[in-house]
Amino acid sequence: MTGAPTTSDRPAGTGAPGARAPAGPAGTGHLARVLVYVAGRLATAAFSLAAVVAAAFFLFRILPGDPVRAMTEGREVSARQREELRRQFGLDRSLAEQFLDYASGLLRLDLGMSFQYREPVAELILDRLGPTLLLAGTGTVVAAALGLFLGARSGWRPGGTGDRVHTAVALFFWSVPTFWLGLLLIVVLASGRGFVPALLPAGGMVDPDTTGPWETALSVARHMVLPVATMVAVVYAQYLMIMRSSLMDEKGADYLTTARAKGLRDALVRRRHAVPNALLPTVTLVFLNLGQVVSGVILVETVFSWPGLGQLFYSGLRVPDLGLVQGLFVVFAASVILMNLLADLVYPLLDPRVRP
Amino acid sequence: MSAPAAAAASPRALAGQRRRRALRRFARDYARHGAGLVGLAALVAITGIALAAPWFVDPAHLTITGAPGEPYEPPSRAFPLGTDNFGRSVLDLVVWGSRVSLTVGFLATAVSVSLGTLVGVTAGHFGSAGGVFGRITASVLMRVTDWFLVLPTLVLAVALAAVLPRGTATIVVAIGLTVWPPTARLVRAQTLAVEARPFVERARALGGGHAHVMAWHVLPNVMPVVLAQTTLLVATSIIAESTLAFLGMGDPATISWGGVLEAARTAGAVSAGIWWYMVPPGLAIAVVALSFTLCGRALEAVLNPREAR
Repeated sequence: MTGAPTTSDRPAGTGAPGARAPAGPAGTGHLARVLVYVAGRLATAAFSLAAVVAAAFFLFRILPGDPVRAMTEGREVSARQREELRRQFGLDRSLAEQFLDYASGLLRLDLGMSFQYREPVAELILDRLGPTLLLAGTGTVVAAALGLFLGARSGWRPGGTGDRVHTAVALFFWSVPTFWLGLLLIVVLASGRGFVPALLPAGGMVDPDTTGPWETALSVARHMVLPVATMVAVVYAQYLMIMRSSLMDEKGADYLTTARAKGLRDALVRRRHAVPNALLPTVTLVFLNLGQVVSGVILVETVFSWPGLGQLFYSGLRVPDLGLVQGLFVVFAASVILMNLLADLVYPLLDPRVRP
Repeated sequence: MSAPAAAAASPRALAGQRRRRALRRFARDYARHGAGLVGLAALVAITGIALAAPWFVDPAHLTITGAPGEPYEPPSRAFPLGTDNFGRSVLDLVVWGSRVSLTVGFLATAVSVSLGTLVGVTAGHFGSAGGVFGRITASVLMRVTDWFLVLPTLVLAVALAAVLPRGTATIVVAIGLTVWPPTARLVRAQTLAVEARPFVERARALGGGHAHVMAWHVLPNVMPVVLAQTTLLVATSIIAESTLAFLGMGDPATISWGGVLEAARTAGAVSAGIWWYMVPPGLAIAVVALSFTLCGRALEAVLNPREAR
């Protein structure tokens, strides 16, 4: 939910890395520049991760004052039970000790204990990772494909009927709260009330009585239709707007005039010449928008009871189970940072113009 | 006013005239954007309803004990949008909910726009005109901004709302502290552009300090961009508010659109197909968010013509 789909975004990862380090002799100088670039990106990512770790500690251990009181709010807990909990979570030691304990635990991939499930948070997360990757991956691919396709059409003829319709529809879906759209889809297509029979399952991932891999896969696919549709509807607007403005930037380029002068048909000029060039800056932005995908996944999984990380996050919030929420906070933030690092490293391979 | 009289007028009057002219031109340009006008009209109407709500909604009817109807009555003459699981009128809930939703939207936007503008102007100003210390400050500020920009906004806002005490103020803080980075980036870029212009150099040559240049020369020229961004951010904030309320982070004592939707879901209205309980609040959020977005895009197009096609 970072800002409306404005047209003025610039790919942040493409900030002219070529300007760094004076150009030396062709061979070794180039290698050195590449190494400096890669090292710089790695250092930035490492620094961001460290900041996430510190922020998580600050948010969940220092800000609430007494985490145990926050966790047991509204419940009858005796003073002895509270002391017990405090010792169990290591809250009776000094803050510095706690931080060292927590940070060294993270290095061993130990995210602490869940208050609610009485299990290590890392294990809970591993159990739920698969469904989330399946849902988020499918949703992102479909949304990106749809958004880029429609964006290319819109940007090619800005102001035309197609452009107006696509932009209006995308803006409408962008303005709709994700969870509400999901709830509506359930009411219309899955509740079985009104005129429409219950076509699709309202929640969960697999029907409990399915047997065999083929049937299971089919059941999962049926359960995925509504969650994926909800995610796509809310996320694709971003991709559409990015692709649209990116293609509009390319429209005046000389190589398009050349292509036309060669006698290529309009559709061919767009598909073979304009779109591949416009796609490049879009790639970074697709990665930068992954934070949005994480938000979308949390809401969609909550609405459709999809057994993934988002639903785990929601169940942690309801208790509130601060250990679990903290672990998921670190995992969500770290995954977005790592994907951005990946985009930064892969991008120069795709686009020779920004190669160091 | 005739030309010689205008020439004789004081500089203040001249500046006033110029401002009025600019305002008229702005209004004329804005009126050319049909979608922007529709958005503006919708916003005026909705704000009016929110302000006038106490006159036609009785707060006593919004309590669980004072509910006027039976649970889950479908829409009728007495209850145009039916009733909820306690028998309260859904129309009343939606009208009353607009007050909290709009308030939170505006306040959270105020927090985030102030923060974003402060960070953006400071980073832009000291990045281009500061000494060594200023440059370091500016680059640290931008690193922090980029870090916040990458983090999943919802996760951060939810985490903040989960650890702070429940209440409307917490929601405002949680949203305000998480949605400012795009504003900061935008304002910084605009500040850099303004700082490069001759009148800023002139102000500096005449002895204007950092604070003077930032407050009197940079800030007024950055405001148009901020205005468009503000309008877009209100939409984001209202959706964020409803999302936080839906995740159970809201103040249970107040009625907001997201809170009504959460209540509908926990009461089982979804699987029971009670559409009149769920459609109106969500539609209200969508209409308000869309109106703000339309206004923001029209403003962007008027103030920054290069960006609009």
